[in-house]
Amino acid sequence: MNRSTLILLGIVCIIIFIAPLAMYNGHGEDDGYFGGSDDQAGQAVEKTGFQPWYSSIWEPPSGEIESLIFALQAAIGAIIIGYFFGLWRGQSSKEEE
Amino acid sequence: MHIMEGYLPLMWCIIWFVISIIVVAFGLYQIKKIVDETPESKALLAVSGAFMFVLSSLKLPSVTGSCSHPCGNGLGAALFGPAVTAVLATIVLLFQAILLAHGGLTTLGANIFSMGIVGPLVGWIVYKALTKANISSTIAIFFAAFLGDLLTYVATSFQLALAFPAPNFGTALTNFLIIFAVTQIPLAVGEGILTVIIWDRLKAYKPKLLAKLNVLAPSEA
Repeated sequence: MNRSTLILLGIVCIIIFIAPLAMYNGHGEDDGYFGGSDDQAGQAVEKTGFQPWYSSIWEPPSGEIESLIFALQAAIGAIIIGYFFGLWRGQSSKEEE
Repeated sequence: MHIMEGYLPLMWCIIWFVISIIVVAFGLYQIKKIVDETPESKALLAVSGAFMFVLSSLKLPSVTGSCSHPCGNGLGAALFGPAVTAVLATIVLLFQAILLAHGGLTTLGANIFSMGIVGPLVGWIVYKALTKANISSTIAIFFAAFLGDLLTYVATSFQLALAFPAPNFGTALTNFLIIFAVTQIPLAVGEGILTVIIWDRLKAYKPKLLAKLNVLAPSEA
């Protein structure tokens, strides 16, 4: 694909993920927006009267720590992808020379 | 798609564990075979796993007003098939269960089943069918990623409805599908596009390796 197609696809992607922020601008967690679907499912399960019988062995003690570990997870993945794509790009441009 | 720690009755935990362990064991065997036959595909395995790491850490807003995350399982499924993807998903899910209290150890089997088996299996079948029909792998990977993501959440909805069929299975399934699958549709489109971009670069940099792994459409190989 040429560069402009790739950029266009990137823009479409960004729009998909920004649109909800614009649509529900002003709303927040307090009035039931932008919560996680995993938690909603958990609440639906609790409504059936089921008592969770095991809880996590460790939980991030605060939202800050949780975002730290999420950022770490994304960074680990991004480093690996970036390393190999950089390597491959270098190799393929060397072959062309 | 994460079923929270302790949120499945013991019987279902065991059922999903047994199924997932068998598939993961087969996936480990396949990884060994792939690495022995084409050692250079090790880097592709790492990239597929890393792609899942990144995408499943991104909790994105959806037009339904709630948030969910993509899975990144379509790429691994198209490259290596569902069993290998189940191994990669296990790594991601363990990380999240232990360090983030997302998902859990008791529900690990169930979560591997949805994100590592059902999603990738459907994505892989669709990918193979489209490339066999000589449709460009770049288009095929979009549908593999889109369906891999969406079907992961459909699978979770089925799992929860099976375990909690209140008042009956159909109503429970509808409820869980509304929570999970509807929210997931725009995210799955986004994941499809992201996977296409990665795929396009892979094809540009590693065309010989992709041909060797036999994942390209006949006209591209």
